[in-house]
Amino acid sequence: MNIQVRLFAAYADAVGSGQTTVSVPDPVTVGALRTAVSALSPALPLRPIIAVNEKYATDDVTISEGDEVAVIPPVAGG
Amino acid sequence: MSRSELADHVIDVAAIMAEVSAAGNGAVATFVGTVRNTSDGRPVTGISYSAYTGMAVREMDAIIREAVAISSGVEVVAVHRVGELLVGEVCVAIAAGHAHRGPAFDACRYVIEEIKKRVPIWKRERFTDGSTEWVNACPPAPHAATGQS
Repeated sequence: MNIQVRLFAAYADAVGSGQTTVSVPDPVTVGALRTAVSALSPALPLRPIIAVNEKYATDDVTISEGDEVAVIPPVAGG
Repeated sequence: MSRSELADHVIDVAAIMAEVSAAGNGAVATFVGTVRNTSDGRPVTGISYSAYTGMAVREMDAIIREAVAISSGVEVVAVHRVGELLVGEVCVAIAAGHAHRGPAFDACRYVIEEIKKRVPIWKRERFTDGSTEWVNACPPAPHAATGQS
């Protein structure tokens, strides 16, 4: 399945866009997606943090068509 | 009433304090974060804050609910800035009101610590030499990638 992922901050700079598409075999788990996303740029960690539908997601979460998927760099609020 | 906000305008700290200053609240604890003029010894002119807006609001709301659950009777308002800020500007403000100071301090501390841990907000510092850098980004250094020092 092709997954649209949103990218932010340093990750968006590294990939050159705030949004991109990654291809992951079905069924798509967050764990598999993390590996695929990592390959987008050497600036991304091996296992970047993923949010699905605006919530932090663990490796076992399955991604469905229409889910909003985002890659979350280390946060730095405050 | 407790609430959170991601703001693209100047934060009015007094107004936030007033929101949690009900007559029964004898204590109002506040935390105000401002843009510092240095980072690791380098002079900074300002910080650009960006966020994953929908998720940031959701996480901040969750943190507020947790603070209210932990400190019964507390009222908390938290506001975080996004956009271009100059040194000295307020980037985050939290006010917690309660009948007594203990729960007010506790709630205020809880909210800022959790915001820093969980809310998808990022900052890019601007240095006096014109360069910019994402805070916490830690990309691999070139010498680490090649094995050379």
